[in-house]
Amino acid sequence: MSEKEIRNFMLNFGPQHPSAHGVLRLVLELDGELVERADPHIGLLHRGTEKLIEHKTYMQAIPYFDRLDYVAPMNQEHAFCLAAEKLLEIEIPRRGQIIRVLFCEIGRILNHLLNVTSMALDIGALTPPLWGWEEREKLMIFYERASGARLHANYFRIGGVHQDLPDQLVDDIEAFCSPFLVVLEDIDKLLTGNRIFKQRNVDIGVFTLDEAMARGFSGVMMRGAGAPWDLRKSQPYEIYDELEFDVPVGKNSDCYDRYLIRMEEMRQSVKIMLQCCALLASEKGPVCVQSGRASVPSRADMKQSMESLIHHFKVHTQGYRVPEGEVYTAVEAPKGEFGVYLVSDGSNKPYRCKIRAPGYAHLQGTEFLSKGHMLADVAAIIGTLDVVFGEIDR
Amino acid sequence: MPDTKKELASYLSDALDGAILRSVVAFDELTIFVDRARLLDVLSFLRDDPRSQFSCMMDVCGVDYPGRLNRFDVVYHLLSPTQNERIRVKVETDEDTPVDSCVELFPAANWYEREAYDLYGILFDKHPDLRRILTDYGFVGHPLRKDFPLTGYVEVRYDDELKRVVYEPVKLAQEFRRFDDLSPWEGADGVLPGDEKASVE
Repeated sequence: MSEKEIRNFMLNFGPQHPSAHGVLRLVLELDGELVERADPHIGLLHRGTEKLIEHKTYMQAIPYFDRLDYVAPMNQEHAFCLAAEKLLEIEIPRRGQIIRVLFCEIGRILNHLLNVTSMALDIGALTPPLWGWEEREKLMIFYERASGARLHANYFRIGGVHQDLPDQLVDDIEAFCSPFLVVLEDIDKLLTGNRIFKQRNVDIGVFTLDEAMARGFSGVMMRGAGAPWDLRKSQPYEIYDELEFDVPVGKNSDCYDRYLIRMEEMRQSVKIMLQCCALLASEKGPVCVQSGRASVPSRADMKQSMESLIHHFKVHTQGYRVPEGEVYTAVEAPKGEFGVYLVSDGSNKPYRCKIRAPGYAHLQGTEFLSKGHMLADVAAIIGTLDVVFGEIDR
Repeated sequence: MPDTKKELASYLSDALDGAILRSVVAFDELTIFVDRARLLDVLSFLRDDPRSQFSCMMDVCGVDYPGRLNRFDVVYHLLSPTQNERIRVKVETDEDTPVDSCVELFPAANWYEREAYDLYGILFDKHPDLRRILTDYGFVGHPLRKDFPLTGYVEVRYDDELKRVVYEPVKLAQEFRRFDDLSPWEGADGVLPGDEKASVE
């Protein structure tokens, strides 16, 4: 037999592939079914968010953060608000902090529900997404009842949150919690012991903790590798240091462990939400700063006081000046460390606003994680990375 | 809390003689300004030294100050999970002078440096793969520079006759308006012009 020349096969995965989780173009070089090289081409959803923010006042910049990781919008707003508050040296009222934590945890559940179930979908299970979406819908209605929008909430403000929650909404969120745990139990039964799900996830995408740190992984990726690293515990912000919750940590650092961590984090989030609801029942008061240049006068005040009317107009047109300086604040977003590096030159617009998206560092690891794996495992790996292109492409 | 940052700053400037030009603690965050030639020494020291252990490169980004001789700052944000500390490292550069790439030390920096190259045109020496990352294939210019217009230079549309996407110069129906809405009466610190007269005898 004559010798045959064998060459590797180049495959374009995406940008319109359902398990690419958005607009990822992944150029794969395959040797048979083994991945030799994986080169993600990103930027198909690049909208120049950072450039746009430089041309907007601080308050006008907040809605851009909803559009980054549109799966858990308020967590992003939170990072920006914390950064601006640090520059302005604002202390926000306690009720505002509790509401923020409550909605951040709702965001975490929104994100993990989407990730866990769509990852199951990527590897062939259709039921979990249907069950998960139903719960997400309920949570998005809570978003809507608080802010008026299901997705792009624009609810957090520099200095607190936009409006107080009605008591009925707090009660409904509380009532949502325990039935949700039952649904979670059902999803758990579908997936955790499932033979196919395990075949596709156990021992896939394994890395050590040192590798995770060198590659800038954070959040679930880091905890999966065995580090109890959670910014809510290690560098607590808002009222997280008063709340009781556990940080689940993985042992094997594979896709299956990360799935288990996400499931457990949802249960812990429910625990936090219940604590927040209990706190909100007793903690009354303002939800946003009442004085100073970042405060927004209430409608009632505007009808009575000329000063309030002027201040309201000024704060919404020219904004307010933020003292010169630079800060980096990070929150534990559902996907990992979401950071905002904010440089102010003392004017009413940010001089530079760098958005550090966790998915960016994670997606960078695609080649490292999928090298030597089978083509079919790439779907599981992209699923476990938890990528959303709004935040990666910015 | 600020004391530990100051201690760390003086410890680092003692250990790395001359490499750290100055250090600032502001808003409870430590920033060190580093000599560009010694950047890799500093970063590898920060990573390996048992007292600092900044093993996570969380972010690398550029900042543009067109008025300066070295117009770009390259800003590195490092995190030490073991010490629960963060540090910001800054080097200055201009359009032509490359900064040493730290991909060898921190694989995470790979895409961040590509991004800084793409958006600012900052060059990184010995980077394994310095390609554009976020902007379009064949994009011209560096969009996050302060002298790049917000509207850009080209716009795309699908041409039905050519059956492909075509690039055309941006046509604005009305000129881009940049509102100068800053009041001269109100600074960030709330000092009004003329306030100084109050303290004069």
